Amino acid sequence: MNEQDARSLLEIADDELVLGWRDSEWTGIAPFLEEDVAFSSIAQNEIGHARALYELVAREHGTTADELAFDRAPDTYRCTQLVELRLMEWEKTIARHYLYETADGLRLERLKESSDPEIAGLAAKIDREEAYHRIHAQMWFDRLQNEPRFTAALQDLWLLAQAVVPDDLRPQFAARMGLSTESGSEPQSRTEHTAEFPELWEEMTVVRRSQPAGTRW
Amino acid sequence: MVTAAQVWEALAEIPDPEIPVISLVDLGVVREVEVDAGHVRVDFTPTFLGCPALETMRIAIAEQIRALGAEPQVNVCLDDSWSTDRITPAGRAKLRASGFAPPAPRTAGAPTLLQLQSNVHRCPYCGSTDTRLENVFGPTPCRSLRYCGSCRQPFEQFKTI
Repeated sequence: MNEQDARSLLEIADDELVLGWRDSEWTGIAPFLEEDVAFSSIAQNEIGHARALYELVAREHGTTADELAFDRAPDTYRCTQLVELRLMEWEKTIARHYLYETADGLRLERLKESSDPEIAGLAAKIDREEAYHRIHAQMWFDRLQNEPRFTAALQDLWLLAQAVVPDDLRPQFAARMGLSTESGSEPQSRTEHTAEFPELWEEMTVVRRSQPAGTRW
Repeated sequence: MVTAAQVWEALAEIPDPEIPVISLVDLGVVREVEVDAGHVRVDFTPTFLGCPALETMRIAIAEQIRALGAEPQVNVCLDDSWSTDRITPAGRAKLRASGFAPPAPRTAGAPTLLQLQSNVHRCPYCGSTDTRLENVFGPTPCRSLRYCGSCRQPFEQFKTI
């Protein structure tokens, strides 16, 4: 695995970990039971994908998946701002879900073509699970596509969503969404985080930080 | 000295932690067993990557091998070599008998909403194909929820991956 591959996998892993965390916030409080179940499963899958991706990178860097997930300083995470936001309005959560799953699908299609068989194999496995996230997101899009609050949320999050895919996939992402990339602004870089991120990091790592390094759980 | 056949037999006794009616061998997650002078290497594949039973399975496999008097090495394969197509015919029959609809065969492309809404999914209780999708997700990530219009029984459908 070359350095560029390791960096890309780490970006995706950070996205999946943080989005899994945010999605899990619907456990117990979704608008109805089916969605409580769906978002809990989706969150579980995303964190599972993060773990597997971290493991590949960890083998390369001589560290562990847990250390990559929880022992880094907050400013070294490479997740996009889209996944960091705490969105407790349903239409915004669904808009993010639809944007993210579409972008993630494009990113995985490319990763499946990697010349590194380990990366291509893991990407193919992840994609089989993600197919069900895309189906779920599509069902919600079909239901909400004419709701003004939902379409406004899509517009609000669109610029942030573009940062999920590599630059050269943006036109394809825009075409798939039926949206334009010409807003005059550039998507935020993965090195810049939202004001909400440090708080999320605090919460996400608090249990692990409560014990001395190297503790086995 | 322990043989590969004995290891396979021992692994066939380990129940799936979440659906204990079938074994890890029925589930098709054991990919390879290699025996070399008292050392046993088992390669196994997770069903879903976020499966919380992963660690439990790894420990159970190692324990079974130690019980045979051999030293285990259990590797988790993070590739695409497991599919629900690897669930054995015996495993499928056991699933059906416990009210889980076994997964439909994997197709060339990714699953689609159209497929989930089609009538290829059979009710494990009455055998009718008059079933509908209730929720893409269920009690664990590997299952969906369906409802049978014929015997009016909700049931869990193994997702095809």
